[in-house]
Amino acid sequence: MTNILINNLCVEFPIYNSTTGRSLKNHLMQAVTGGLMGSNEQGHVVVKALHNICLDLKEGDRLGVLGHNGAGKSTLLRVISGVYAPIGGSIVVNGKVTSLIGLSLGMDSEATGIENIYLRGALLGFNRSWLSSKVKEIVDFAGIGDFIEMPLRTYSTGMQMRLAFSIATMQQPEILVMDEWLTVGDADFQEKAQQRLQEIISKTSILVIATHSPELVERVCNKMIRLERGALIAA
Amino acid sequence: MVLMFKIFKNGWLDIFAALKGYELAGVLGWQDIRQRYRRSSLGPFWLTISMGVLIGALGLVFGNLFASPMKEFLPFLTIGLILWTLITTAVNEGCTGFTAAEAMIKQISLPLFTHILRVLWRNLIIFAHNLVVFPLILLVFGVPLPATALLAIVGLVLLILNLSWMMLLLGVFCTRYRDVPQIITNLLQVCFYLTPIIWMPNLLPKRASILLLHANPFFHLIEIVRAPLLGTLPSALSWQVGIVLAIAGWVFTIIFYGRFRSRIAYWL
Repeated sequence: MTNILINNLCVEFPIYNSTTGRSLKNHLMQAVTGGLMGSNEQGHVVVKALHNICLDLKEGDRLGVLGHNGAGKSTLLRVISGVYAPIGGSIVVNGKVTSLIGLSLGMDSEATGIENIYLRGALLGFNRSWLSSKVKEIVDFAGIGDFIEMPLRTYSTGMQMRLAFSIATMQQPEILVMDEWLTVGDADFQEKAQQRLQEIISKTSILVIATHSPELVERVCNKMIRLERGALIAA
Repeated sequence: MVLMFKIFKNGWLDIFAALKGYELAGVLGWQDIRQRYRRSSLGPFWLTISMGVLIGALGLVFGNLFASPMKEFLPFLTIGLILWTLITTAVNEGCTGFTAAEAMIKQISLPLFTHILRVLWRNLIIFAHNLVVFPLILLVFGVPLPATALLAIVGLVLLILNLSWMMLLLGVFCTRYRDVPQIITNLLQVCFYLTPIIWMPNLLPKRASILLLHANPFFHLIEIVRAPLLGTLPSALSWQVGIVLAIAGWVFTIIFYGRFRSRIAYWL
């Protein structure tokens, strides 16, 4: 049973290299975007990126997260992915979270396409033997052809993204986390990619997508929250 | 007490998960080496060559300075320098293990010990390349590898166990306090001269040896690998220090890590 249960979640970032003046703090409190600034018990400046977030997502839920820049969308996604542990409140995630954010993280421009498949694959938690059985499929889908034996730096940006996308979408995720809808490559590839993305999303148990587009939420999601300065203002 | 146990378990679970997923640390560690020596025809064997050159130069200067017989001094210097290189680069790079992996830590949820394991593995690969110099030196001087050499494997395992807790502990600490890596680098530099690596312990006057040798953990950690390779047995004290340090170090580190692990991503 996949689910995500978030209760009174608070996340704050300590800022150690800020010269903490009260006046500065008060001044910043009036900023329009970004999390709330304040200080914690030890007197450090902190940015309150998320506070008192409650969420309950069950199998089949597609959650759209709306909000301005700095409203806390990415932070929320990272908390769900397990990068940040809550400072206050709790989060329980049952199911394996896959993130389609930072698709080319860890790729090496000097390494060949094949080497990069293993490198990215390892980071995504795929084991080596499973990957070797999928290499052909990945290369075919990405449409890289013989270039797969060439160093990544010889690829165009589009080709690199196509390869990264093909690796990341090889496995069906249980819980999928995305930042905006992905569009990759040229017209031909985009069609293929959209098809695969649709397929993955339709089979994934829970989807959490951060976006600026209410139309996207309308089209894909059955639930919506709006964040403003780290707080949940509409659900 | 219950809380302490919970914290210990928290730290241990992460370390255990990282060990279970050793494959990833292995891939990343190799990748680091490959990246460093990409398009170089000799690749990581440049390390072997640089080590050989360094040993040759140091051997010439200090061997003559201390009037030590080369047949004895050069194997001693070689293995000592190779081990010290492992210790100092592993600890120094351990300090920046988490900060260097910032992009990865902030994006993917992995057992954080994986990033330390990666640094350790990378340094063990480099160590293996450096180690090639040792049998070459033995060959040049016609010194046979002693039967006690097998014991060096036990010593090496113990050394690695000790290095890994130091790396993890310092890695966490240095992520929060960014001045510490510089301090550690300097301390290690001092330890290099205090530890018998480029000078032989028998050169010391009797009274100084208690302090410089017996109170120096690095002496014992090097001795448990070096002595068997040179045909003598490490003293019981050296073994004891190695074992006690490994156990005490790991217990403390796991608790410390369990307490602060979840803060690492915030400190980056």
